[in-house]
Amino acid sequence: MLEIRGLRASAGGNEILRGIDLTVNAGEVHAIMGPNGSGKSTLAQVLAGHPAYEVTGGRVSYLGQDLLEMEPEERAQAGVFLAFQYPVEIPGVSNAYFLRAACNEIRKARGLEELDPMDFLDVLEEKLKVVEWGPEIMSRAVNSGFSGGEKKRNEILQMAVLEPRLAVLDETDSGLDIDALRIVAGGVNRLRRPDNATIVVTHYQRLLNYIVPDYVHVLSGGRIVRSGGKELALELEARGYDWVEAPAGVA
Amino acid sequence: MSSPVETLVNNEYKYGFVTDIDADAAPRGLNDETIRLISAKKGEPDWLLDWRLRAFRGWQKMSEPHSWPNIHYDPIDYQDIIYYSAPRTAKPLGSLDEVDPKLLETYTKLGIPLSEQKVLAGVAVDAIFDSVSVGTSYKARLLEEGIIFCSFGEAVREHPDLVRTYLGSVVPASDNFFAALNAAVFSDGSFVYVPKGVKCPMELSTYFRINAEGTGQFERTLIIADEGASVSYLEGCTAPRRDTNQLHAAVVELVALDRASIKYSTVQNWYAGDENGVGGIYNFVTKRGTAQTGAKISWTQVETGSAITWKYPSVILQGDDSVGEFYSVAVVNGRQQADTGTKMIHMGRNTRSTIVSKGISAGRGQNSYRGQVKVLPRAEGARNYTQCDSMLIGNRCGAHTFPYIDVQNPSASLEHEASTSKIGEDQLFYCKQRGLNTENAISMIVNGFCKEVFKELPMEFAVEAQKLLGISLEGSVG
Repeated sequence: MLEIRGLRASAGGNEILRGIDLTVNAGEVHAIMGPNGSGKSTLAQVLAGHPAYEVTGGRVSYLGQDLLEMEPEERAQAGVFLAFQYPVEIPGVSNAYFLRAACNEIRKARGLEELDPMDFLDVLEEKLKVVEWGPEIMSRAVNSGFSGGEKKRNEILQMAVLEPRLAVLDETDSGLDIDALRIVAGGVNRLRRPDNATIVVTHYQRLLNYIVPDYVHVLSGGRIVRSGGKELALELEARGYDWVEAPAGVA
Repeated sequence: MSSPVETLVNNEYKYGFVTDIDADAAPRGLNDETIRLISAKKGEPDWLLDWRLRAFRGWQKMSEPHSWPNIHYDPIDYQDIIYYSAPRTAKPLGSLDEVDPKLLETYTKLGIPLSEQKVLAGVAVDAIFDSVSVGTSYKARLLEEGIIFCSFGEAVREHPDLVRTYLGSVVPASDNFFAALNAAVFSDGSFVYVPKGVKCPMELSTYFRINAEGTGQFERTLIIADEGASVSYLEGCTAPRRDTNQLHAAVVELVALDRASIKYSTVQNWYAGDENGVGGIYNFVTKRGTAQTGAKISWTQVETGSAITWKYPSVILQGDDSVGEFYSVAVVNGRQQADTGTKMIHMGRNTRSTIVSKGISAGRGQNSYRGQVKVLPRAEGARNYTQCDSMLIGNRCGAHTFPYIDVQNPSASLEHEASTSKIGEDQLFYCKQRGLNTENAISMIVNGFCKEVFKELPMEFAVEAQKLLGISLEGSVG
C-alpha cells in the first residue's frame, strides 16, 4: 500500500528526515517510535503534504501513485488520513457542517453520491458510537473550546466517518488521561480492517498496550535505526531510547 | 414661482412619465444651473429646489475628506461629472465581449442568467423583465396595509408632506461633504412609509421596486416607520455591478418613531476594479437613523465590492429605551480600501447598542474599522457592547481599528472586545487534509468567522452572502 524509499525532508533549511525506508501493507499496523526531535511528526506531516516541509529526496508510492506529486486534498481524497497532534480550531463552523463537507469531498472522489444533511445524520449516529459520544458535540464549532482529550476524540470521529485506507496517527496519545486513551484506542481498533493500514506515531509504549502493532520502528536522527515486532516497544520501554540512538554501538 | 401644490399638480402631468425630454443629459460640471436643471427635469416643488441650492452653498465651503479616513485617492474633479442623465441614456456597452472577463466569470459562478448578466454589466438589453409584473402585485399587497413603497421622485410628487417633514431630518444637508453633494444633486432612490402599528408583511427589496434601474450615483433613501410600525428593508445585490460612474455618494435616512422597528440589510458588491484597482467604484455613503422612545434600528451590511468604501451606518438613540445595532462584514481583496464602521449616539435613558464588526483583508487590501460610541449626559444607564474582529489572509494586506469612546454619564456601561487573527497555514492544511480544496477551505473558515453577522441577515440573503464571500476571496491565498 505504502512504499517509502530514501525519503529526505527539511524545514526552514534544516534537514529532519535523512533517508527513510518503510513498507506498509494493507491490514497492518505500524508503530513509529522515537525520542523527541527524531523526526516522527515530520514523517507524518510529510506523508500528508504539509507545505512547511520540503521534500529533498526519495520517493513515496501509495496505492501505485506518486504520493509526493499529489496536493494535500488529493491525498486525503485518495484515502490518506492524518490524525493531528494539535488539531486546529475553526470558530463558527459546526463540527457537523465541517465533517459533512469533508465526507462529501471524499465520497465525490470515490465516485459515490454526496450525502444530504439527513442521510449524513444517519451515518454520523453510527460513527459517534466509535468514540462514545452523543450528538451534542456536532453542533459545537470544530475543536473550538474543546479540551485536549475532546480534540483527539474528534480526530478519531473524523477518521471513522472518512474511512481512510491509510491512517497516520500523530501522537494521538499525548495529553490523554487513561479513560480518553481507552476510548481513542478502542476507536482505532474498531476501525481496523484487512484493506486498510495504520501508522501510529508515538513517544510512549503506553498506547501500544491498547493498539497492538504488527511492526515497531525506531526513528532516530531522521532515520529508522531499528525495526522489529511488538516486543521491540517493550524493550524500548525497559531500556530507554539511549539504547538505540547510537546504532553503531549496538551493531 | 407658483406654489408647491400647483407645481406639483402641473408637473405630475408634465413629467409623470418618461418622455423624450428626459433623454438628454446635463452638461458636465456643477453649478446653480445644474441643480436647477435637475430639479426642473424632475418637476420638483420650489421648497425642494431651495433645499438643494442651500445644500450646494454649504458644500462649496466644505472640502473632500482626505486627512482622517484611512483611504487614499486622488482628489475628484467635480466639474468633470455629469450630474443628470436619464437612466436610458447611460452609455451601454455593445455586448458582453466588452466586459471584464473576470466579472463574467463571477456571474457564471453565481449562476446568474445571461439576460441578467447584461443588465448588471451595463450592456444594452431590449428584453422586458418579469419583475415588472411581479413588482406590481407586490405593490398592491403593500397598499392594502397602507404602506408606501416607491421611488423618491414619486414620493416627492405623491406624498410631499411626508417627504418635506422628514427629508434631511436625520442627515442634514450640511452633514458632511458627500452628504451635502448628494443633497444638492441626488438623482432618485427609494421611499418607504409604514403607518402606525403596521408590521410590514414582507421584506422590502429594491429588486422589486419598479424603476429601480438607473437610480444612479447619487441615490437617496428615506424610510419612515411610524409609531409601533416595523419594516425590514433589503438593499443591493450579490452580483457585482458595473457602472460607468466612478463616484457614488448615497444617503440613507431612517426614522423610527416611538416603538417602531427598522431593520436595514445591505449587500454591497459594486465593481472593485481590475487587479490594480483601476475602474472600481468609490462608494462614499452616509447612512443614519434616529430611534425614538422604545424604537429599534438595526443595520446589517456585507460589503465586498467597490475600490473604496467609506460608510458608517449610525444610530442616534434619541428616545429612552431605544436600541441600535450594527452588524458588519467588510471584505477587501486586490487593491480595495475600506474605512467603515458606525456611530452610536446615546441620548435617551437606558439606551442600548450592539456593534459586531468583522473585517477580512486579503491581497493588498486595506480594511479599517472606525466606530464611535458616545454617551451624552442625560443617557442614564446607557449600555454598549462592541466586538471588532479582523482576519488577515496573506502577508500584504492590512487591518486597522479606530475606536472612539466618549462617555459623559457615569452610569453608562461599555464593553469592547477586539481580536485579530490570520488564516494560518495550519488552519488551511487541516481543512485540506480532510479533503477540501483551498477555495472551499477559505470560504468555510471565513464564513465561520462571519457567522454572527450572517445570522442577522434574512435567510436567502444570508445564503447568497456566504457564496459571495467565497468568490470575493478566490485567489487570495497562494
